[in-house]
Amino acid sequence: MDWAVVLPEAFLFLAALLLLLFGTLFERQAARWVAALAVLALFVAAFLVLAQGGEARTAFFGQFVVDRFSAFVKVLLFVTAGGTILIATGYLQDLRLERFEWPLLALLATLGMAMMVSANSLLALYMALELQSLPLYVLAASRRDSLRASEAGLKYFVLGALASGLLLYGASLVYGFAGTLSFAGLAEAAQRGLSTGALVGLIFLIAGLAFKLAAVPFHMWTPDVYEGAPTPVTAFLAGAPKLAAMALALRLLFGPFAEAAAEWQQVIVLVAVASMLLGAFAAIGQRNIKRLMAYSSIGHVGYALIGVAAADQVGLQAVLVFMAIYVIMTVGCFGCILMMRRGGRYVEQIEDLAGLSRHQPMMALAMALFMFSMAGIPPLAGFFGKLYVFLAAVEAGLVWLAVVGVLTSVVAAFYYLRIVKVMYFDAPAQPFDPLPRPELHAVTAASAVFVVGFLFLPGPIVDTAQLAAEALLP
Amino acid sequence: MTAAAFVFYVLALVTVMAAVMVIAARNPVHAVLFLILAFFNAAGLFLLAGAEFLAMALVVVYVGAVAVLFLFVVMMLDIHFVQLREGFLRYLPVGVLVGVVLLAELVLVFGASAFDAQPAPPPPAPAAPSNTEALGRLLYTDYFYLFQAAGVILLIAMIGAISLTLRHRPDAKRQDIAAQVHRRREETLEIRKVKPRTGI
Repeated sequence: MDWAVVLPEAFLFLAALLLLLFGTLFERQAARWVAALAVLALFVAAFLVLAQGGEARTAFFGQFVVDRFSAFVKVLLFVTAGGTILIATGYLQDLRLERFEWPLLALLATLGMAMMVSANSLLALYMALELQSLPLYVLAASRRDSLRASEAGLKYFVLGALASGLLLYGASLVYGFAGTLSFAGLAEAAQRGLSTGALVGLIFLIAGLAFKLAAVPFHMWTPDVYEGAPTPVTAFLAGAPKLAAMALALRLLFGPFAEAAAEWQQVIVLVAVASMLLGAFAAIGQRNIKRLMAYSSIGHVGYALIGVAAADQVGLQAVLVFMAIYVIMTVGCFGCILMMRRGGRYVEQIEDLAGLSRHQPMMALAMALFMFSMAGIPPLAGFFGKLYVFLAAVEAGLVWLAVVGVLTSVVAAFYYLRIVKVMYFDAPAQPFDPLPRPELHAVTAASAVFVVGFLFLPGPIVDTAQLAAEALLP
Repeated sequence: MTAAAFVFYVLALVTVMAAVMVIAARNPVHAVLFLILAFFNAAGLFLLAGAEFLAMALVVVYVGAVAVLFLFVVMMLDIHFVQLREGFLRYLPVGVLVGVVLLAELVLVFGASAFDAQPAPPPPAPAAPSNTEALGRLLYTDYFYLFQAAGVILLIAMIGAISLTLRHRPDAKRQDIAAQVHRRREETLEIRKVKPRTGI
């Protein structure tokens, strides 16, 4: 039955339609309810994904596929997106941006991400990618009275459209040379050996996806968009869409083009090294914490791509573990950034954190945990994410790539640790306003507990990531 | 030269000329009109290739909706096209260089392995008599999922456009039909007897 296969997505879409109706009927008063119901819908959808079981099934004439890989990524996506919507609502209220369209668009973007993960043909891939990107462009530009937010939205839109163009051009070349759009057909064509034209198409596809991942040399939009967009939107952009784009790249590279691994491996290695270097060095001079997070995300995508470059099952599992840890860590980190309010205004400079440990020891502790984890200091979760990726690279014979990864981590540790130093050892600035927002504190605390607790209970993520990797690359 | 080839060359020539004029025309309104000419000729090319549905869709969608929208935008917005074009000559060499490099690369790729080096399986013969019917059948069967996804994307575009542009202005005077209908004579009219040669 086709509808049983797409049940989580169909449910999300129906929920979005109902919330749209609800929102237009009750307008402003509805905003908070729509946000709460959207989070509920996301958690129900995650439950539906789990209830589907793990066996691989396709629907709609092979356009849509579910398997353990898609289930793993989707549950993670829904939980991350739900958490981000939860922490966003209070901030939007303060800025008088609280509109019911916000959670609704986030919900629809998440629907697009789920469809990306399950895409089983180049056409389905493209449609899902657009479905995911369009709400994000609107969200990035949602603060209409701010020049920076409008600039961010416009930049994101224009460069995103360019990326879509590259992707489509690549897809048309692949179609022209391989004669099919479905992943199964492309896998057969790849077994017979890809022609040069199809390979050029594949490179264009990778370039388009690298845009969405914000990997060097397609990263230019990231710092400006991260800084200009309202902070909750930045939090949303940094988490779930990255994971979805990575999952899409994995499905494309390890699915139909697994036979052509020797060809795309070089491209991925180049992109990974460039991203790690830029992420490590360009972030050093940043004063704005959102800009810093942008460069940090570029660096993290570089580390994840090391696992992709390994091009085997171990590497695939490593990427999934790394991305899972990264998105959960990022949500928590943005939770802390959303708490940076002083005198009724939100601040985002690193100096504003000075002496935080004196006034808000718990928030300082959480932020320090996230920073240590992102720097990859044991025994926190971020360390294990990097460890898995580097081990996969070493096993695949890419020792030098792992060495570059370790060296850039050391450089990157400088700016993460600088934040910890500013919080604990600098002369205190004015204290932040106390924020009575239980949901924000709960999500941040949950993320912090995950970062610490991963050491003791890695099973739920590591073992399911292995099952997911086996499903995609038997 | 057969008649079909003659028609093809005429249509193709006019399409290319019109496309060049779109970027070369000084007056933006003329540029849009040339764009419409290019659309019509492209539709003619589709007809020649036997794709009558695509030809009609091109005319209806691009000429009927998109080009008219362009005309509106060009006429409503006060854009100084001469200013926009100021950097054109300065950036032209870079643009031409990028174009030439890309062209050379593509020629190399296609030269190394021509399209017929590894023949793709031919598309299945249409089951329906006309290609409109064939497209319809495909769209609601094989590509049903994508068709629905396209619908969702359009819905999102609508929500996005409205939420980005709609402003609630509390001081705006709006028509409230219910209030109008429920108005009673006593609330609005006051009848006074006015004596001659005195004011109220």
